[in-house]
Amino acid sequence: MSNEQLKAYLEITFPTCKLENTIDFPVLIVEKNLLFATMLQLKENPTTLFDFLFCQTAVDYLSRFELVYHLTSTTFRHDLVVKVILEDRDNAEVASVYNLWNASELYENELFDLFGIRFTNHPNLRRIMLGSEWPGYPLRKDYTDVNILIP
Amino acid sequence: METPTQLIPVEDAPDEFIINVGPQHPSTHGVLRLKVKLDGEQILDIEPHLGYIHRGIEKISESLGYKQFIYLTSRMDYLSAHMNNQACSLIVEKGLQIEVPERAKAIRILMCELQRMASHQLWWGSAGLDMGAVSPFFFAFREREQILEIFEETCGTRLTMNYITPGGVMNDIYPTFVKKVKDLIKQFKVNIHEYDKLLTGNIIFQKRTQDVGILSRDLAISLAATGPVARASGLTCDVRKLHPYDGYEKLDFKEVILDKGDSFARYMVRLEELKQSMHIIDQLIDNIPEGEYRTKIKGVIKLPAGEYYQRVETARGELGVYIVSDGHKTPYRIKYRTPNFSNLGVLQYIAKGAKIGDLVAIMATLDLIIPDIDR
Repeated sequence: MSNEQLKAYLEITFPTCKLENTIDFPVLIVEKNLLFATMLQLKENPTTLFDFLFCQTAVDYLSRFELVYHLTSTTFRHDLVVKVILEDRDNAEVASVYNLWNASELYENELFDLFGIRFTNHPNLRRIMLGSEWPGYPLRKDYTDVNILIP
Repeated sequence: METPTQLIPVEDAPDEFIINVGPQHPSTHGVLRLKVKLDGEQILDIEPHLGYIHRGIEKISESLGYKQFIYLTSRMDYLSAHMNNQACSLIVEKGLQIEVPERAKAIRILMCELQRMASHQLWWGSAGLDMGAVSPFFFAFREREQILEIFEETCGTRLTMNYITPGGVMNDIYPTFVKKVKDLIKQFKVNIHEYDKLLTGNIIFQKRTQDVGILSRDLAISLAATGPVARASGLTCDVRKLHPYDGYEKLDFKEVILDKGDSFARYMVRLEELKQSMHIIDQLIDNIPEGEYRTKIKGVIKLPAGEYYQRVETARGELGVYIVSDGHKTPYRIKYRTPNFSNLGVLQYIAKGAKIGDLVAIMATLDLIIPDIDR
């Protein structure tokens, strides 16, 4: 489907979600508690079939986190960005999508390590790069490095 | 970080052991630690531990300008430096809506394909080395050396080139460039038969790689594997074909796809890609358009506020650059979706049930570059 067709289809299928556009992809903004159900539908639905999660990341806006999922379909080759907004930055927690895409195991470990976002139902949530003793979460905008030599 | 220890018996099951492969094991080609749970020689589980070379490239990039952070990307996948630079240049050009001169586009493709060849040659040599064949390494370096000499003349360096910049390329090609590339391709077309003689037809090598570490197509999709690893499992994923950039759509080349998914299939895909890269260079080397090699752009770049995503095909798969801009002279957030990070996830699935010796063969054909995983 082209981006326009995909947007029209998503507007009908997910009437409660907001639709936006970036220069490359259509963007679907999903409620936090509906994330897993929406993702399941996007993956299983025979008209969309988003079976390839090629990028999962987060952006810190100081008042909130935005989780960004980049999806593509290996059958139709259309792309979609799904976003979830996490308002509570200190206790950021969201459902893992590991059961839909195994790739998210490492992506979510990285997000937990560098942003401090917890994922429920994740098989092995751990700080994959910095180790369990590192103070703070470096990719947050208000992070200060206690070990920095030349500030 | 916890200290790596050797041979820890698992408490409830006295036959099971945990062994740390790495962080300094030669077959990991860098500092990656694999916590391997073993029953005798059989692998029960693998847990990768990263971060030994984590430099925080994404965090540093948030305080650098749009012309500056490109230099750091050469240090991620250092065998695909040109392609990493190209991804960042393309995303800046997309944001500023700049058209790149035709000459620059041709030079970019030539450089990237030479880089892909150099990368696959080094991989071919080291894959042999991992499995006990020492001679291939010297044969691989013979050709790779020639390519690096060409890079050195035009770009000034041999590994971290930083040659491709927003708007085009840094310098025009060196006067002897065309002749040297032609000589190289002519020579390599003769020499590539030695690759088959030395390793492909070697019965020990075949027995060690065939039916070892089989990755199914469905698993490759679920794990977001890309590059030769996914193409050996029958998944179409070449960004040069799916989302062409810099004029790849005008060139004739095949996307190499095999469907067996074992270590030997991954080996054959890379060997075939070497020939395809030569084919691309053949089409372009006599047809480099005349003209400018770079459009002039401002010293300080400010991308309009918004989100940008650009993907390119490196020697190891799909590299994605995701930039969130707030209109200032530095990016608000930059994320590199690196091919090796996703391909690392494959390891624990395909190595389960294999012998510890097979782990080395699997690691060799996955071709992981550790700085690209850690960033």
